[in-house]
Amino acid sequence: MSTVFIAFQTNEETRPVIEAIELDNPSATVHQEPAMVKIDAPDELVIRRETIEDQIGREYDLQELQVNLITMSGHLTEDEDTFTLSWK
Amino acid sequence: MQIDLRTVSIEPVRKTFDHLARRFGDKPASRYQEGSYDIQAAENLHYRPTWDPDQELYDPNLSRIRMKDWYDLKDPRQFYYSTYTLARSRQQENMEANFAFVEARGLQDMLADELKETALSLLVPLRHAAWGANQNNTLVCGYGFGVVFTQPCMYHAMDNLGISQYLSRIGLLLGGTDALGKGKDIWINDPAWQSLRRYVEDSMVIRDPFEVFVLQNVVLDGLLYPIVYERLVDTYLASQGGQAVAMLTQFMTNWFTESKKWTTGVLKVAAAESPENAQVLADWINHWSDRAVSALLPIVNSVVDERVDELVSEELDAFRARIVKTGIPL
Amino acid sequence: MDTPVNKKKLSLKEKYSYLTRDLAWEPSYQKKEDLFPYATYEGIKVHDWEKWEDPFRLTMDAYWKYQAEKERKFYAIIDAFAQNNGHLKITDARYLSALKIFLQAISPGEYAAHKGFARAGREFPGVGPQVACQMQAIDEIRHAQTQIHAMSNYNKFYSGFHAFADQRDRIWYTSVARSFFDDAMSAGPFEFMIAIGFSFEYVLTNLLFVPFMSGAAYNGDMSTVTFGFSAQSDEARHMTLGLECIKFMLEQDPANVEIVQKWIDKWFWRGFRVLGLVSTMMDYMLPKRVMSWREAWDIYGEENGGALFNDLARYGIRPPKGWKDAGEAVDHMSHQFMLALYQWNFGTAFHSWIPSDEDMDWLSKKYPDTFDKYYRPRWEHIKKMDEAGTPFNNFGLAKLCQTCQLPTVFSEPGDPSSLCHRETEYKGETYQFCSDHCCDIFKEEPEKFIQAWLPMPALFQAPLNGDLEAWMEWACLENGSDNGDFKGSHDQVSFQKWREMTTSN
Repeated sequence: MSTVFIAFQTNEETRPVIEAIELDNPSATVHQEPAMVKIDAPDELVIRRETIEDQIGREYDLQELQVNLITMSGHLTEDEDTFTLSWK
Repeated sequence: MQIDLRTVSIEPVRKTFDHLARRFGDKPASRYQEGSYDIQAAENLHYRPTWDPDQELYDPNLSRIRMKDWYDLKDPRQFYYSTYTLARSRQQENMEANFAFVEARGLQDMLADELKETALSLLVPLRHAAWGANQNNTLVCGYGFGVVFTQPCMYHAMDNLGISQYLSRIGLLLGGTDALGKGKDIWINDPAWQSLRRYVEDSMVIRDPFEVFVLQNVVLDGLLYPIVYERLVDTYLASQGGQAVAMLTQFMTNWFTESKKWTTGVLKVAAAESPENAQVLADWINHWSDRAVSALLPIVNSVVDERVDELVSEELDAFRARIVKTGIPL
Repeated sequence: MDTPVNKKKLSLKEKYSYLTRDLAWEPSYQKKEDLFPYATYEGIKVHDWEKWEDPFRLTMDAYWKYQAEKERKFYAIIDAFAQNNGHLKITDARYLSALKIFLQAISPGEYAAHKGFARAGREFPGVGPQVACQMQAIDEIRHAQTQIHAMSNYNKFYSGFHAFADQRDRIWYTSVARSFFDDAMSAGPFEFMIAIGFSFEYVLTNLLFVPFMSGAAYNGDMSTVTFGFSAQSDEARHMTLGLECIKFMLEQDPANVEIVQKWIDKWFWRGFRVLGLVSTMMDYMLPKRVMSWREAWDIYGEENGGALFNDLARYGIRPPKGWKDAGEAVDHMSHQFMLALYQWNFGTAFHSWIPSDEDMDWLSKKYPDTFDKYYRPRWEHIKKMDEAGTPFNNFGLAKLCQTCQLPTVFSEPGDPSSLCHRETEYKGETYQFCSDHCCDIFKEEPEKFIQAWLPMPALFQAPLNGDLEAWMEWACLENGSDNGDFKGSHDQVSFQKWREMTTSN
């Protein structure tokens, strides 16, 4: 098993994103650090557009993630609906 | 712990960085100055490039143009990353609105077939020429000397890419992916387009960064943009009912007007530096503008039937007048 | 009626492909190798550029939109910072030493990366990697500029920032980072990608930016946090590019594996040595600490790097040669290097200081196996000398490593009490190294590394001939203000005075 992770700046825009990640990735662990939130997950972490849209009540483009992204680890696969990090 | 600070006025100890004080005097510097002047390593370079050991890592001698100080070639727009990005993001919002306007009303489907074909076969092949421009500006940024000269070339390269993407989107909107395939076929095989393609391919083997700047940004764009966007799209196509097309190329028209200030400014300073520079620039401009004109003529001819030579020579005259004003003896 | 137009909805991937790689064509008026003359000399074989997977599929309109949003936020914060004397909200002026090193050594590297990626963005014969490199080129100049802009306000009030452009080329410790970037830029496009795109961005920038920027937040420096995290948001794209590039090389031809492995070995160690500077920033220069260098290494080096090298094992790639030695050195490097910086602090454009008892207790807690045993006694000795009025300064010539340019102050692997020192002869000259790995790197490319400009020996040659004052003037170092112990410095005194003005009536 290897850990993948993603980290965002702590702010109002990322709060619903992090909630969505927690909903979609039950095995993920969320670490609050100064000015930043880091989420670790074993082998894979998926961010789903739909889940974020449910949280914020508007349309969301996954490329918006980049504005507050700090770092990540793992191979990235990206399409209109999902943003996935994985080691495999 | 949040410390509640009383607002006090504290006298700064110094006004700016040393290297900026030496250039501009001891006063607060602008963000353009801070982000542009002398931020490139200037001495004690460690190793010679393995890709060409005759060059220095940053080498002013790659060009026939000689400057005592390459930082004289400033960008009159004073673009640094932030001002550049904010300017483009506003233009991009406009363009998004224009595309949305055309799409929402289905204006692309209201264009007459023949006009649509004309627009497609003129604009879609140009996305390849814009990619050539992207390559050339990336080269000038990579191998040119002095940040104030090279940083706008990186912005320009990204603009060229953006333009090639707008042209591709026009193709997709008006004719789907087939239109892109047809456009590429024209670019590669249509006899009317071969001189232009040859110009672009030949330009990409030139390694003098300043010559590349001249043959691309001054000469080719200096003729192509007014001819294609101002004369053919905004004037001719629009008069035939193609106003929607002109909306979709608005970025290119505005961009050319804006960037002309920069290219003209650079030429003026480089030419004023020495008669030798002015002569080299004149030789380059004469050589490449002859080629550009003969490359553009058959393309114009494929759009309009009459007064083709007149249209092109008017634009050439305007171009030459602009160059002569910069002090270059054509 | 109109001709029916084929308008099936394109997926993100298809659309991006039409908007980037479809722009190129096979040239026929010029030979492809004349358009891209540097693509093959390194020996990397590429059979099909179409196999390149785009890391992030950002078209220019989206790029302008999102980057503008980041820029607006960034400048709003640093404007507010400047208007409200934000510099007085930092925990303590000692913290500024870390920023000074950053501006003198790291920001110029951002510019070099900008230039290098512009070159790579022109030299790769595939549009996919070209566009990705160009985007990184424009991002990197952003980073250089946002850093300079963020620190411009500090420069107006504190020492050590004012001559960063001169010191980039002249002062001794900046040549550690300078030589790293010069080395990468003088390499071909593929090695450049391993050096910066992979080793630096993927393996090492997390260590530079993430814990350090958290540290800046912890120490009240909102201006630095903002440029740091804002830069990192681009870094995520850059890391993905670095990783994609390495996978691409490994998948294109089995013969590439050996070359790539050699570069991974080299650039991991080069990067690790540059991080020596960062380790002192983390362990010694943050008045309030977030995590130790060791803890940061465990998360971002050991765990993250480990996952990556596990993953690359399927191509036949093993962890870099220096991996194990690096893991061991992490418990020592910040202490050894900080002791060196302190004894040469007459020659640094930042302040250093003897750690307080409280600092030392923190360090022994974080480094239970090494700090009390090897480093506390040295600091206690230096402290005694200082109290006796004979502060410890070493005006002697430090041997600099011919490869990484750090002074040879590190210990022998497996024996923390002895100094590691290697030398080798090449064409009748003897060259010095800090470690086996740096020595090996030299031996792979001696013709390159004999060209290195070594700043310390330069001090002892004409025209300076060992004249320290003349050297300081040449290096734009204001003696008595930029350099030396923090205690009694202009920074300490002014910061205290200004803070009192603002917190009292």
